[in-house]
Amino acid sequence: MLTITHFLTLGAILFCLSVAGIFLNRKNVIILLMCIELMLLAVNMNFVTFSRFLDNLDGQVFVFFILTVAAAEAAIGLAILVVLFRNRETINVAELDDLKG
Amino acid sequence: MNELPLQEMVFYLFSFVMLASAIMVVTVRNPVYAALFLILTFFTAAAVWMLLEAEFLAIVLVVVYVGAVMVLFLFVVMMLDINIAPLKEGFIRYLPVGLLVAFVMAAEMVMVLWGKDRAVEGMFPTPAPAEPGYSNTEAVGEWLYTQYLLPFEMAGVILLVAMVAAIMLTLRKRPGVKAQNPSNQVKVRREERIKLISMPSETSNDQRGG
Amino acid sequence: MSLKTTLLLIPLLPLIGSLISGLARNQVGRAGAHWITILAVAGSCLLSVSVLQMQLAGEIGVENISIYAWMVSDGIRFEVGFLIDHLTTLMMTVVTFVSLMVHIYTIGYMHDDPGYQRFFSYINLFTFAMLMLVMSNNFLQLFFGWEAVGLVSYLLIGFWFKRESAIRANMKAFLVNRVGDFGFLLGIAAVLMTFGSLDYATVFAATPTMAGETISVMGGSEWNMLTFICICLFIGAMGKSAQAPLHVWLPDSMEGPTPISALIHAATMVTAGIFMVARMSPLFEMSDAALSFVMLIGAFTAFAMGLIGIVQNDIKRVVAYSTLSQLGYMTVALGVSAYSAAIFHLMTHAFFKALLFLGAGSVIIALHHQQDMRYMGALRKHMPITWITAWIGTLALVGFPFFAGFYSKDMIIEAVHLSQRWGSGVAYIAVVAGVLITSLYSFRLLYMTFHGKARWEVVESDEHHLPDGQLSHAPKESPLVVTVPLILLAIPSVLIGWYTVEPVLFGGWLDDSIYVAERNDVLAELSQHFHGATALGLHAVQTIPFWLMVAGFAIATFVYLFRPRVAELFSQRLPFLYRLLDHKYYFDEFYQKTFAQGGLRVGQGLWKRADAGFIDGFLVNGSARAVNWVAARVRRWQTGYLYDYAFAMIIGLIAILAAWVVLY
Repeated sequence: MLTITHFLTLGAILFCLSVAGIFLNRKNVIILLMCIELMLLAVNMNFVTFSRFLDNLDGQVFVFFILTVAAAEAAIGLAILVVLFRNRETINVAELDDLKG
Repeated sequence: MNELPLQEMVFYLFSFVMLASAIMVVTVRNPVYAALFLILTFFTAAAVWMLLEAEFLAIVLVVVYVGAVMVLFLFVVMMLDINIAPLKEGFIRYLPVGLLVAFVMAAEMVMVLWGKDRAVEGMFPTPAPAEPGYSNTEAVGEWLYTQYLLPFEMAGVILLVAMVAAIMLTLRKRPGVKAQNPSNQVKVRREERIKLISMPSETSNDQRGG
Repeated sequence: MSLKTTLLLIPLLPLIGSLISGLARNQVGRAGAHWITILAVAGSCLLSVSVLQMQLAGEIGVENISIYAWMVSDGIRFEVGFLIDHLTTLMMTVVTFVSLMVHIYTIGYMHDDPGYQRFFSYINLFTFAMLMLVMSNNFLQLFFGWEAVGLVSYLLIGFWFKRESAIRANMKAFLVNRVGDFGFLLGIAAVLMTFGSLDYATVFAATPTMAGETISVMGGSEWNMLTFICICLFIGAMGKSAQAPLHVWLPDSMEGPTPISALIHAATMVTAGIFMVARMSPLFEMSDAALSFVMLIGAFTAFAMGLIGIVQNDIKRVVAYSTLSQLGYMTVALGVSAYSAAIFHLMTHAFFKALLFLGAGSVIIALHHQQDMRYMGALRKHMPITWITAWIGTLALVGFPFFAGFYSKDMIIEAVHLSQRWGSGVAYIAVVAGVLITSLYSFRLLYMTFHGKARWEVVESDEHHLPDGQLSHAPKESPLVVTVPLILLAIPSVLIGWYTVEPVLFGGWLDDSIYVAERNDVLAELSQHFHGATALGLHAVQTIPFWLMVAGFAIATFVYLFRPRVAELFSQRLPFLYRLLDHKYYFDEFYQKTFAQGGLRVGQGLWKRADAGFIDGFLVNGSARAVNWVAARVRRWQTGYLYDYAFAMIIGLIAILAAWVVLY
């Protein structure tokens, strides 16, 4: 029988994988964005799981909004990426250290 | 013997594919492949959500995410002429740290979930499957258009703003492009088209003098 | 003119005079200033006398008049008001009369001073403040007058503010008085706490019911409330009336002009403490411990300060130490519940001490501001009026029979003799020995100044201020404005004791103002032996104090007139005693070492350690340095690389998760 632990563990592992992804692909902005998508997916997984196990649709509505925001974020993130590439000819994070004071 | 635990089999199958493709997303060298593996991850996640009786969201995930966002990713990745080699620098160097962090985090989460004799399961018993005729889409829709009407509309506004922002960010004026400017065309006034100049008429004196 | 108007005019005339002569000093000019102020003081003097006459005629009794309610706070009224009884009237008359004399005398003494108008403004202001003090019917106004006379005293000691010694002296007077005033303020606060009122009548009426009250002082020890109040109030009196150990400011205050020394630091202001204790007699009568304290302090001052007077060479300082000693006598009288005797001595002393000071001032003018008695002598031929009045003042001071000081001082000594109070035996010895000492230093002063060989020489010079002992011309008698006040003061110095001893001490003149418990009433006992002033004077030859006075006269005559060497021998043979007296028992040195140096050291310590070290160094700069130090390390984390921030976020997430795991 599938219990809540199965789904939550799946979400947790997915989240940890995306964290590891952020560590490993620290130079590539595109992969970083993808990892963030993965994280959001893991979070959504938890929401859906709890929605199911609490028999409450609020969780699913929340996932809906998260998807909306994630889409917006991906659109803007990619737009920034395009502008960045156009100006710097690179998307290497190691070369983007203008924030350093 | 019990009958075959179909649900578990489906769950484990899709979970395995999902985690495997997620690993591929973070490890492959080529971003194009990464995007494709990401699509696979989302697909399988949609399948898992089906198991959780969230049919509407599963479809939305496939249609919106895979159909729009991931395609956008692919576009961008392919459009940009990226030199991949330097981006993978340090991958091996950070592998141990990344694995350690991921492992520690996973261990902690699992301890939360599995600790105390899996008390979480006791708190959240598995509910019975929905009865036939129940429509998840209908339920979510009803929820969205009543209880969450205002946030829903705000979500629409957010998407609109994101769209405008993305366009504004990427828009640029290229010199030497011969394009019409509809705004200027509409705004134009008569005085700007015709310029009336008053000047003395030419006489023969001028011709003679010239 | 109604009584209220009269009473209001008495203090307000000098105030107005002071304001005009002070604020419009350039408009009124020098003559204008002294005319305005003298007329103002003369006016209040006449009005005071008229009030006295009304009282003598029985037209008015004890008048408690409220003039103005300044404010009401939490049910406590702060008022301006006058309490007119015999004590007040007596003080008013004495204060205004002496003040008037000093005003007139000042015309001569300050003749060449550039601060002429300022001086008149100050002494007029002083008269106002002193009148407010004595006429008050509540503690707040008393405190106002108290502080106001202190302020004027400060201003006048430092009148010649370009002299460093004057600045130091007025600072000293101010600081020492602060110590006393702090006690005084505590006393008033304790009165307010205990009685819930600052009005004399209310407080005195409620006093018997408060006899059992106690207060916990300095963590634990229970004190009788009234004893606590009385001792606090008396500490204020010790400051103002210069009782040991708060006496140190008075000799130094002689840096001020001589009229001030006469008016403020001899005749009137320093007696404010005596007046205050007499006024508070209903309170003090309830506390034997406080009265014993008062008596012993007074006895010590009377004896020890007189001794210092013997070795001083500055003419004004000798008179100043004499004042200290006489104030000690008054305090002793207060301590044995002979309040009337204290007030009586206060009155007679005001006259003859003002006379002595003004006489000293006259001498000082004649010698061009030379105050050292070692450069005087043989002035009697040159300044006959000053000489005679000085003799009268001296005889009054030493208590020669029939002179003013005789009656008052003799009564105090007798009262101490009769008193049963704890410690009165010691006090008796001190005051009797004090008679000998008084006689010694007084005649020494007379001889060194007016008799013997002239120790100044006349050199032909246009310069007025020559080296010590040199004069540009022979000293001559002072002008009329100086000598007339001397004569006018000499008359009461002779007569007032004989004239008023009976009504003031035994006739119940002060009964409406002073309360004496029956068991303490030494004066009532004394009155049984009193058979009129003349009889008392004739009886004097049978008493010890008279012969001690004569002995003092004899010793002084022998030593300072015929064998001047003896004094030197004495100081060489007994160097220890001489040095002790010459250094005034090392009070100044002690205060300098402990309080001044100690305060300085504490201040420096606080400045260097607490302020510069702890607050500036540790708290202010330290926190800045800490921020700097932390920031210098934290900024390394601010790499600007996206992945480092992501890493930090993830570490934080892990930490939160770990906390959750551990706690859960």
